[in-house]
Amino acid sequence: MSDARPDDPRKANRTLLLKLGVVVIVMFGFGFLLVPFYDQICKLTGLRDIDNPDRLENSQIDRARTVRLEFDANLRKLPWTFRPLAAVVSVHPGEMAQVVYEVENRTERPMTGQAIPSYGPQSAAEYFKKLDCFCFAKQSFGPHERRQMPVVFVVDPKLPRDINTISLSYTFFEVEGN
Amino acid sequence: MSSIPHDHAAGHGVDHEHAHHPGGIMRWITTTNHKDIGTLYLWFSFIMFLVGGVMALAIRAELFQPGLQLVEPEFFNQLNTVHGLVMIFGAIMPAAVGFANWQVPLMIGAPDMAFARMNNWSFWLLPFAAVLLLSSFIVPGGAASAGWTLYPPLSVQTGMGMDLTIFAVHIMGASSIMGSINIITTILNMRAPGMTMMKMPLFVWTWLITAYLLIAVMPVLAGAVTMLLTDRHFGTSFFNAAGGGDPVLFQHIFWFFGHPEVYIMILPSFGIVSTIIPAFARKPLFGYASMVYATGSIAILSFLVWAHHMFTVGMPAAGQVFFMYVTMLIAVPTAVKVFNWVATMWKGSMTFETPMLFAIGFIFMFTVGGFTGLVLSLVPVDIVLHDTYYVVAHFHYVLVAGSLFAFFGGIYYWLPKWSGRMYDETLGKWHFWTSFVFFNITFFPMHFLGLAGMPRRVPDYATQFTDWNEVASIGAFGFGLSQLIFLYAVLKAIRSGPPAPARPWEGSDTLDIRDPAAGELKRIYLKRNERLMMEHATRRERPVPAQRGANMRTALILLSIAVVLFGGVIAAGYSGGSTAGIGVLGFAIIGFLLVAILRNVRR
Repeated sequence: MSDARPDDPRKANRTLLLKLGVVVIVMFGFGFLLVPFYDQICKLTGLRDIDNPDRLENSQIDRARTVRLEFDANLRKLPWTFRPLAAVVSVHPGEMAQVVYEVENRTERPMTGQAIPSYGPQSAAEYFKKLDCFCFAKQSFGPHERRQMPVVFVVDPKLPRDINTISLSYTFFEVEGN
Repeated sequence: MSSIPHDHAAGHGVDHEHAHHPGGIMRWITTTNHKDIGTLYLWFSFIMFLVGGVMALAIRAELFQPGLQLVEPEFFNQLNTVHGLVMIFGAIMPAAVGFANWQVPLMIGAPDMAFARMNNWSFWLLPFAAVLLLSSFIVPGGAASAGWTLYPPLSVQTGMGMDLTIFAVHIMGASSIMGSINIITTILNMRAPGMTMMKMPLFVWTWLITAYLLIAVMPVLAGAVTMLLTDRHFGTSFFNAAGGGDPVLFQHIFWFFGHPEVYIMILPSFGIVSTIIPAFARKPLFGYASMVYATGSIAILSFLVWAHHMFTVGMPAAGQVFFMYVTMLIAVPTAVKVFNWVATMWKGSMTFETPMLFAIGFIFMFTVGGFTGLVLSLVPVDIVLHDTYYVVAHFHYVLVAGSLFAFFGGIYYWLPKWSGRMYDETLGKWHFWTSFVFFNITFFPMHFLGLAGMPRRVPDYATQFTDWNEVASIGAFGFGLSQLIFLYAVLKAIRSGPPAPARPWEGSDTLDIRDPAAGELKRIYLKRNERLMMEHATRRERPVPAQRGANMRTALILLSIAVVLFGGVIAAGYSGGSTAGIGVLGFAIIGFLLVAILRNVRR
């Protein structure tokens, strides 16, 4: 950065061009490097552990409260049928319960999908403990295969008092290239 | 490497009278003169400003009343998205590069930009990118409609308009990167002797730092949109939740680019304002060194605050608190700047010509935008105001009344030097006051709307928001029409303005205005490279025809690439946005960029 300049400005300019070009290429790579970096951060902080079974510390059943659970099923551009066998269930916090979803692949070809859960209200998500769920793994279906799949869960008794209804909505996405 | 005898880097200033300039349109297509290219950039950005402005007016017309009147909701989303992209990548950024092209060589006493041919290329990439972006309106599915931030999952699921947008972003990014490398090289290597770094005008400093930001973050954006593209067409799952990706990852990568980007858009304006205010206060800039350090610290901090754009994605409280405090920290160097501008005016012999009016308007309204930014930096407040019109008001205060007003001021300030003619002061004042009043009528009510909970990017709204929306829409049309005064004022100055004196502003003391001292410094610079000049002189016989041939070749290649590119667009459109069609277009664009790079690395 000093005032001293090489004799041939063209050469100096080209050298700087190359150096800055390297910066550009490195930064392009850096953008992609953010992907594994982000994965590691999520793994370290447990932010994305949505496909692992939850663990429940307190199994005390709170019979004084009843929580209404609504189950919803959506498909994202998939020619399947997808529905819960029971759309509404009432449970006591701390009580283990199971609901069953039924999926049918209505096409002539084998397909693979992944279900992503979503909660309403959002703040209820951390109190809905899934011990087993078909959403923990990709699900493959043969042509016209129909299958029933369970979700085993417990509603944490620490659920805030003002939440009396929890909606759990699954959306099945196709996993391409399988 | 030195196979082309005529050396632009060092030789251009020696003979400003190239004997055989191509005339007419070829002059502009083949030009390597930094002033011509600066002019091209500025006109291009003004045209894009009008295009983006018309989109904004369509948005405001729809929002004049609740309910749906004029445009379909899908088209409304497209307008919103493309308005943002056009204004950021088409208007503000190229305008800033235009200023750099005109002013940086003049202010540091360099004969031209370091890579004159590359300069030509970095401009001529832009019209192609603009047409690519705008042509997305006519493809099946329409233009990108996921917002200018291109968030997945929406951006992964929409039609091929998104592909065109991604390619346009690639090309505009390549243009910015080439422009930045050029500017950095010019500033670091081609200053006149005696012009040490700490003697450079502040505009040069702010652009040097901006250019470093650009080469650091534009490639990251290129990476992010490339990942979008492969997610859309080539089966990867960076952001596709079903395949194990995460849409929030895109937000992190995007805002790693996006936050420095907002400083890329404002720092050149800081530089322009720091040039104008001392000239009309007739005092040297207060706290020059602190200005330089403040700019540097803003640039460094800008890499550490990106997640304040995404406080509502569900990040841990520790992350929110970190990003909140670092964001608030940015207010400190920014306040240093505002303090210095005000201190420069303190006890100065101030006059209020149009450039000064715009500069003072900038300080007022940029500060308003800065304060609302500070409000938004608070996590609990941001969670309430996220994606409301309060945010829209905030960033229009810093971008329109900030960046854009500074650019208007810069145009009025330098137009006498650029065109040799004086603009009409009355017209300039009209332009300022109408812009100032209508801007506030448009955007100030948006604070109220946002605080009352009106969400952004929705074509309809609850009826209690009607009054302020009507006010904002009226203001928007007033603001849009005011810009026609600007167009008229500039055209009038260029065509029939009275000749400007060599030193149009008595208070200005930067090299570019203090003619003929600038010419003097340029001569000293060239003398120092006497050996090169000798070399150049001995080759005097050949350069002109060779140069002409090279320029014609550039034009031919541009033309053929244009044909390939739009062949690609048509092929992609014809195939209904299929993967093959997009592949063809992708290859056309990669070829385009490769040729651009190869042609320029040689020099």
